[in-house]
Amino acid sequence: MNQGAGKKIMQNQNGINQVSNNQNTGAQGIERQSTGNTEIHTRRGIEPLLRIVKRPELTGRQIILLRLLAVLLALAAGGLFILCLGYNPFTVYATILSGAMRSPMAIQATVKIVVPLLIASLGVTLAFKMRFWNIGAEGQMIMGAIFASYFALFHAGWNHWVLLAVMALAGVLGGALWGLIPAFFKAKYGTNETLFTLMLNYIALYLVSWLQDGPWRDPGSQGFGKIARFDKNAALNKVFGVHCGWIVALVLVVVVFIYLRYTKQGYEISVVGESQETARYAGMNVRKILLRTMALSGGVCGLGGMLQAAGADITLTMGVAGGVGFTAIIVAWLSQLNPMTILVVSALFGILEKGSSVVQSNFGLSTDCADVLQGIILFFILGCEFFIRYRFVGRGQKDRGE
Amino acid sequence: MKKVVGIVLVLAMVLSLAACGSKDDGKTTAAAQNDGTTAAAPAETAAGGETEAGKEAGAETEGAKEGVMPAIAKEDLKIGVIHITDPAEGSGYTYTHDQGIVGMQKNLGLSDDQIVRKNNVNDSDATAIETAIQECLEEGCNVIFATSWGFMDTCEALAEEYPEVIFSHGTGYKSNGKNFNNYFGRIYQARYLSGIAAGLKTESNKIGYVAAMGKDNSEVTGGCDAFAMGVYSVNPDAEIYVRVTNSWFDPEGETQAANALLDLGCDVIGQHCDTPNPQLAAEAAGVWGVGYNSDMSKDAPKAALTSVVWDWSVYYTYAVESIVNGTWTGENYFAGLKEGLVDIAPLADFCAESTEEKISEAREKLLSGEWDVFSGLIETNEGEVVCEEGQTLDDATITGGINWYFKNIVAE
Repeated sequence: MNQGAGKKIMQNQNGINQVSNNQNTGAQGIERQSTGNTEIHTRRGIEPLLRIVKRPELTGRQIILLRLLAVLLALAAGGLFILCLGYNPFTVYATILSGAMRSPMAIQATVKIVVPLLIASLGVTLAFKMRFWNIGAEGQMIMGAIFASYFALFHAGWNHWVLLAVMALAGVLGGALWGLIPAFFKAKYGTNETLFTLMLNYIALYLVSWLQDGPWRDPGSQGFGKIARFDKNAALNKVFGVHCGWIVALVLVVVVFIYLRYTKQGYEISVVGESQETARYAGMNVRKILLRTMALSGGVCGLGGMLQAAGADITLTMGVAGGVGFTAIIVAWLSQLNPMTILVVSALFGILEKGSSVVQSNFGLSTDCADVLQGIILFFILGCEFFIRYRFVGRGQKDRGE
Repeated sequence: MKKVVGIVLVLAMVLSLAACGSKDDGKTTAAAQNDGTTAAAPAETAAGGETEAGKEAGAETEGAKEGVMPAIAKEDLKIGVIHITDPAEGSGYTYTHDQGIVGMQKNLGLSDDQIVRKNNVNDSDATAIETAIQECLEEGCNVIFATSWGFMDTCEALAEEYPEVIFSHGTGYKSNGKNFNNYFGRIYQARYLSGIAAGLKTESNKIGYVAAMGKDNSEVTGGCDAFAMGVYSVNPDAEIYVRVTNSWFDPEGETQAANALLDLGCDVIGQHCDTPNPQLAAEAAGVWGVGYNSDMSKDAPKAALTSVVWDWSVYYTYAVESIVNGTWTGENYFAGLKEGLVDIAPLADFCAESTEEKISEAREKLLSGEWDVFSGLIETNEGEVVCEEGQTLDDATITGGINWYFKNIVAE
């Protein structure tokens, strides 16, 4: 997933959600808004060509139908694009599927793509539930990887399991620290966490750049800036041909699900997310919840970074997060912050990404075309989420106010 | 002659086998492999010395060399190529490598479906590299050419995991003497020749050089030194100004570096980076330049005096032939001007007078083998003598040990 695109879509999502957030604050938000609109119109005397009006709640079946339609439309539009390039859309789509799952090796590679995405999505979900816009999963993953890499590089001689445990802890700590910084400033000075977490990403990224050109440079690299491959002792074990990070990821899905749904802390997070005033009124320590949740959110992302460095890359590079932290935001929102859905959605993302890479070499299609295809599919699916909540009303048309 | 070659090769084999034996210890292995490299490289040249082209070197010494991998029949070959960017760019690094692959394909008559290309593989993302290579293997590739430096460590690890597949990695320094080798060339020889064109053309006596990596990087710094020495041989008054981008491929950074050099008053821009952007900047400023990788007169016809070019098909053809013949040795490959792996593109007609003669003089000297660029007295810009009269730097130093700038280079 292209980093830039990820960011843009993420901002969109963010925007939409804030709108709906505002409207949800009042119990009668819907009516208030539509009456507000008509007032403005009569005052100006001109009705706009198109208006966006909040939809009445759709039934579950309608929502599923709408999403299905979006997927079909996405495939059709993507197919049109492929057709314009001179290829058969059906064979290209088939190749995406088979490319991701045609052999054990392909499935392993797909899983390897899914693991960091899944973990980072779970991480940001914790923060998003609290309506804390953690755009910093990327940086938190990188910091986790950096902390863990320290032990992999300089204490490779330790007992294998001790070393891995320490690396995992270091990863959690690194990510948690990177999550706590913006949370602290938000709690203390009310700084804007979106910008804060976003900017911390780049600090983390360039820390890696500094480490690989400076203190951690591979002594045998003949002057090239790179970090040495980890000793085998510091690499994660493989289970079914993939590093064991996938087991950690699956466990995390369950843990986060239970944590958010059935624990007191999880309940506190959703109350703070709905309204900080309510939380305060109920006697909750909002500041503490804010810090604790961001430490957890960052910690989960940091663990994802550690698993990526020690499991998949077996070294620390600038590509350790590789935009996953941004894609995770899309995954989390598409899944409505539900950990179980996140598992499914990130698996679909993994298939799309791995499959596109096979399409590139099989059809000689440029990798940019694969990115465009991914973009088209995301555009429709994210667009559909918008239409689940809102609809357009043309000039002269009446809102079917219910 | 054949005996000497034979002995050197046996030595090289023993050394690289020794390197294999001590695989567990990462650091010592690297050192041992380097020894193997230096022993193998002169052997390559010695063999090439008897014939015109490096391609024939393989056939020449067939009796002496013993392949370490079973031969693969030509029709069973399937070759995976891992590129850092897209050959469709039409010039620069990846394009040049891909032209080499295309040339090899033509030379050996392979069909299109015997080549699998993976483009835009991020060289700083180990997982992406591994995925790309494994996709090639899934499609049945038994030979992998990884063309960018950053693919090295992943190739090394996968070569161990897939011992039946041959991995050949461009521009790095590692090999295992069996199914993983490294290929590179004496590009500094071509850079020296291009320096002559630059030194004769400059009017301000200020020449710019956009370098991908800093002084510690032997490949880049050695190339820059060779260029500066070429300048010095015809114009001792000119000075070389270096700007470092810290990236092999950074279109914007390369333009910025070139513009900074132009602002300093440089009127010829040399480069060691992947895009033609420094040449375009020189053309926009109405001055000249020396391109790299591919013939950049295509990109900047009014600026490029010449370009330092690779003909990778020389290596790819040689390598694939040796795989088909069963003579693949897993040794590192380091060829130069003589073998046709490196050269300069045809000179532009706006080059200074006598450029042609001076360059062919130097070329003769290089081809004769009695003199190389890093021979004789070499002084650094800090006044240190790194090579005495009558000495020649050995290949290990040239590939890994040049961390000084020649005396006419202005350090920042």
